[in-house]
Amino acid sequence: MEQSKSTQSRRSFLKSSLLAGGGLMISFAWLPGVGLADTSKDVDPAEQWNELNGYIKISSDNIIRIFNPNPEFGQNVMTSLPMIIAEELEADWEKIVVEMGPHDNIKLGPQFTGGSNSVRMYWKPLREAGAAARHMLIQAAAQTWNVPMEEVTTKAGMLYHAKSGKSGTYGSFASKASGIPIPQGIKLKDVKNLNVVRNSKKNVEGSKIVSGKPLFGLDYKQEGMLIAMIQHPPAFGMKLQSFDASQALQMPGIKDVFTLELYEDGFEQGGFDTRTFNDLLVIVGNTTWKVMNARKKLIVQWEAAGDTKDTMGGRGAKREVIVPGELESTSTQFEKMQEYAKKPAQQLRKDGDPETAFKNAAQIIERTYNAPFLAHNCMEPMNFFAHVTDEKALLAGPLQAPGWTEPTLSKILKLPADKIEIQMTRMGGGFGRRAYGHYLSEAALISKKVKAPIKLIYTREDDMTYGIYRPMYTATYRAALDANKNLIAFHVKGGGIPEHAIHANRFPAGAVDNYLAEGWQIPSNITIGAFRAPRSNFNAAAEQSFLDELAEIMGKDPIDFRLELLKRAKENPVGKNNEYDPDRYAGILKLVKQKSGWGKPENKNRNRGVAAYFCHNSYAAHVVDMVMKNGHPFVESVYSAIDCGIVINPDAATNMVEGAVIDGIGNTLFGRLSHKDGVPEQNNFHSYRMIRHSEAPNKIEVHFVQNDIDPTGLGEPPFPPVFGAVANALYKTTNRRYYNQPFFEQALQSTNKPKIRRSIQ
Amino acid sequence: MLKLNINKKNYELNIDPDTPLLWVLRDVIGLVGTKYGCGVAQCGACVVHLNGEAVRSCVTKVSRAAGQQVVTIEGLSVNNDHPLQKAWLELDVSQCGYCQAGQIMSAAVLLNENKNPTDKDINNAMEGNICRCGTYLRIHQAIHLAAEIQRKGSK
Ligand code: FES
Ligand code: FES
Repeated sequence: MEQSKSTQSRRSFLKSSLLAGGGLMISFAWLPGVGLADTSKDVDPAEQWNELNGYIKISSDNIIRIFNPNPEFGQNVMTSLPMIIAEELEADWEKIVVEMGPHDNIKLGPQFTGGSNSVRMYWKPLREAGAAARHMLIQAAAQTWNVPMEEVTTKAGMLYHAKSGKSGTYGSFASKASGIPIPQGIKLKDVKNLNVVRNSKKNVEGSKIVSGKPLFGLDYKQEGMLIAMIQHPPAFGMKLQSFDASQALQMPGIKDVFTLELYEDGFEQGGFDTRTFNDLLVIVGNTTWKVMNARKKLIVQWEAAGDTKDTMGGRGAKREVIVPGELESTSTQFEKMQEYAKKPAQQLRKDGDPETAFKNAAQIIERTYNAPFLAHNCMEPMNFFAHVTDEKALLAGPLQAPGWTEPTLSKILKLPADKIEIQMTRMGGGFGRRAYGHYLSEAALISKKVKAPIKLIYTREDDMTYGIYRPMYTATYRAALDANKNLIAFHVKGGGIPEHAIHANRFPAGAVDNYLAEGWQIPSNITIGAFRAPRSNFNAAAEQSFLDELAEIMGKDPIDFRLELLKRAKENPVGKNNEYDPDRYAGILKLVKQKSGWGKPENKNRNRGVAAYFCHNSYAAHVVDMVMKNGHPFVESVYSAIDCGIVINPDAATNMVEGAVIDGIGNTLFGRLSHKDGVPEQNNFHSYRMIRHSEAPNKIEVHFVQNDIDPTGLGEPPFPPVFGAVANALYKTTNRRYYNQPFFEQALQSTNKPKIRRSIQ
Repeated sequence: MLKLNINKKNYELNIDPDTPLLWVLRDVIGLVGTKYGCGVAQCGACVVHLNGEAVRSCVTKVSRAAGQQVVTIEGLSVNNDHPLQKAWLELDVSQCGYCQAGQIMSAAVLLNENKNPTDKDINNAMEGNICRCGTYLRIHQAIHLAAEIQRKGSK
């Protein structure tokens, strides 16, 4: 039996609810706070809501209001998390109002969107919250009807007592129930009996999106709000020297131009306090366009920043880190990586005796893979609203991790955390970028300085050239084969600027007797951050391409080869700490094999590539079919097999996998952020190539493994293996192996060559 | 004084005629359904209709819209019942949703001109609309569905 463990007492809950000020949640000035599952209903804001716990309020006329605790950036938690609550509450989904919750870590849990964790970390607590509320309603009804609790049943927001024929709505007992202490240890439903979860529900904000309602941070507005922009240095490694704002200040609508220091010297940065520039040149005016225009009139001198120092703290020990001042170029970065790759590196894992195995090998295969920096390019650029006074701060906008940003705000504003309110709007994409809250800190300091509500807006150019990129990666893979072409040793040595991507305990670790993983990194002033499936998004490209090539050399089918290795990892695993479950990994390979008709005669002439990967606790495999279309490589169809445990909202989950596939194809073929003397060479979508309509596949077939494992996350896992599957399909299409991302230009070149199969060593 | 007709409503604005229509809509009128994505006619997030044609409002001076009919996503239908909106909801196209107003506005012009677009027609009409979340496939399906709804509706 699954026991619930209520995380807070009724008393502490009421206290935090008082602190939060009750009506806060509907205080969005332009944002309609309430999202109806059924848009035909309207809720009277003056309605008496009875609060059962932090997530649930019920009105006397039986409308159930559920607070989504976690930031929404397109992964559809606004719908899927409330579904989990509704499941255990036995509520009528059609009568549910979904609302974005306030930032309140005590009341609403961790409130962090990232690491494909939303559903995984909220699955239990939300079921418990729903079950506890249902229990309280039953108790209220049983007391009123004077019958034993065990005899009261619930269905679709109604309470019944069969013997006496009595019944009532949740709403009619909500007031009474709200006075009952939150119970502990309530039995949760058997997962076999789930009936809200596992049934597709429409996005609760769908109709607002298609009618253009204000939902996003950029749409947020308050009376008297000014617009602020930051002119950041044109290059990584530069800083502000001097400026002349006289012309800009004469432009209509411009209020002020000034400089600000983001972090004081010695400020201890946590892992998500990354910022690229510390001295900010700020321009403030009354409309976006006026500020954009006046900005062009700023005369600014920049200078080389030289080596600088960051103080890192957060969860780790306090330490100083030197940030090199070099104005980096992609070509020199590349040369440097080649040089570092030859040096000794840090050993991350070693099984058996790889050195001897390589020495005795009949054949050694070695391949090196490279990938560039990538910009997140969320369609909604970074922005945030801030209104800071001496007493308190209100911030509103798109962010993934309010709980990590609040302590930073508290320090830089010198305000206690309970005087800082952060409202979370819908995000126009996140992909990891919005976990880094520098733009909230910037907005807050600007508001404090101008003593007015402001919205800080990054233009697309600001957004793309600011940094916090996916790192630049390289990895060299080596395999040793014996005379019978058996794999006897495996070696990966990975590096990156400024960090490597190696996950030492992932497949094929555990499946090869002699195994070595090493990593090295080159410090840089180019800032990096989590990018959809950090590190995995490179590994899955490199490792899965390498395994494909290896299988070919060994004369094996690529899926069978992986299954053999997984069998070994299951039956007789090598080493300890293997992170993956060989059964689940094999499961997705078998499923994708079956669904794609892999190896079937009718598919013999297809240019197919396969790849699979485990990350963020879930498993994903894709088979990609590629053709040449108008002389360009084109992914025609994709078959995907996913094991993420129980799927909460199947159609939305399918949509997310489709999106990951398309996003993955785009980044594999086109994604690149390069530098010349510290200056990003791409600053908008004319130079940064994004995948477009005609480049998306005609078909993506998504299959989920059906099991009863607690949900293990979905936002990231389908993304990384797309890179490998595309690379492997490209090989079949062009007869050339691809080692350097992005692949598109190389593929164009290679198709001009005659189709000769490259001899392999 | 600049006279504008937006979603069948008249406005008189005292505004710099060079201001892009996008920022007039968003900052002055308060219609924020039209989105900013790039500002340089590359992403399609800002598409609105000018006399029934799709234009990128980020590079359309407001003076060009003077005296013309402007329709934004907020004015596409009264009750969210344009065939495209219905189809978008039916197929639950949106992920983050940020690009979708622009996608729908581009598609609306296509459907006006072509009652039964092929995938190729859709690609041609929609190539200027980026979606980082990767909802292209569903957008295609939704445009086909909307065409079907439209055809049935007009029978
Ligand atoms: S904002 Fe106009 S096309 Fe991108
Ligand atoms: S739905 Fe997010 S950009 Fe298109």
